[in-house]
Amino acid sequence: METYYKPEDLRKFEEIGKEVPELAQKFFEYYSAVFAQGELTEREKALIALAVAHAVQCPYCIDAYTQACLEKGSNLAEMTEAIHVVTAIRGGASLVHGIQMRNITEKLSM
Amino acid sequence: MLAEQTLHEKVTVSSEDTVRVPPFSLTLSGHGLKLSRARTHTLQVNVGFLCNQTCRHCHLNAGPARKENMESGIVDEVVSYVRRSQFETIDITGGAPELNPNISRLIQETSPLASRLMLRSNLSALNDGNRDHLFELLKSYRVIIVASFPSLNELQTDSQRGDGIFKISIDALKKLNAIGYGHKGSGPGLNLVSNPTGAFLPPAQVEAEKRFRQVLKDKWGIVFNHLFNFANVPLGRYRQWLIKSGNYEKYMAKLSSGFNPCSVQGVMCRTMVSVSWDGYLYDCDFNLARGLFMGGRKIHVSEMSGPPEPDSHIATADHCYTCTAGSGFT
Repeated sequence: METYYKPEDLRKFEEIGKEVPELAQKFFEYYSAVFAQGELTEREKALIALAVAHAVQCPYCIDAYTQACLEKGSNLAEMTEAIHVVTAIRGGASLVHGIQMRNITEKLSM
Repeated sequence: MLAEQTLHEKVTVSSEDTVRVPPFSLTLSGHGLKLSRARTHTLQVNVGFLCNQTCRHCHLNAGPARKENMESGIVDEVVSYVRRSQFETIDITGGAPELNPNISRLIQETSPLASRLMLRSNLSALNDGNRDHLFELLKSYRVIIVASFPSLNELQTDSQRGDGIFKISIDALKKLNAIGYGHKGSGPGLNLVSNPTGAFLPPAQVEAEKRFRQVLKDKWGIVFNHLFNFANVPLGRYRQWLIKSGNYEKYMAKLSSGFNPCSVQGVMCRTMVSVSWDGYLYDCDFNLARGLFMGGRKIHVSEMSGPPEPDSHIATADHCYTCTAGSGFT
């Protein structure tokens, strides 16, 4: 069956740098620095990345950061809570725009 | 092409790509490395494969149905070997060593002969309600307990080790703390060993230890000395699970691609020799599981006049990638 997404393409990520290597190098160096331990631990950053992966719905990131979370000592309960954080924020972002709807309705309505 | 194919173990994954895992010996020689012994200072005694648990990551297929259990005569041979070899550390493992009827005698007779005596425990065999005498014996001989504790999460732990094991383990750790184990600067040592609960590699040890220390203390008031993270070795029941779950090829690829030449010098087989329940010698417990005799030769402990010589050959196979992946396994 044909599909746009192939899991093995994740291993080819670095090929994106083939035509413009200097920008790819800057990106991957930045990427590594972002995920290194800082004030947040590698585990905490992996959980954030997993949550963001679900927010932007990137299947490559979901694959990579599910594995990363497990390898950094997380578990299904933590990772599921992280996805609920995504859901709360995404849902909340829609809901809070409803205030704008209410403001406009109030202006236009008698 | 044919010569290359005969040198490599071709492993097909579930994609169009083919992952090749080179033989471990070839990877060593490709890096200009040779795996041979340094000074052997540790004797690991595997008292048998009898265990009250059937952990899914077990490299030995240990369990309640196993009959292999070190008999009294072999215990005598082991103690005699320790006496003539002057090991610094004796490391007792299994199966569940607590279930061996000779375990008390083995502890009592080897303790005066080495500066460190360790017992690897799954905590549930120790805490089954029938072994209070063993708690006291371990404490009085200051045996360092190396306890299996894979995760701070109950579901993860029980999925690897069996239903209810997490709660039993917490209870056992509290009992050990109560008799003096695990307190910094006093009492006998209590170390924890964490193996991943699936087909992934363990987290960095320093961060994991920090987290385990904080959570065990905050949630349960439990203290311990050190945490060691070990990757699971693709042997025994774990290997069977990897194959059945479709994770074997990727896991082997992960191990082999993570080969770190700097880790080779510190692998435990260089300074440790393992004796099995029936008295035969192996370079490590994993080689014991695989049936690979020490240096490739079948030698009984009664034939040894002392520890294996420095520079002697160490038998290897592809499971050795586990101990040399990333920061290694010491």
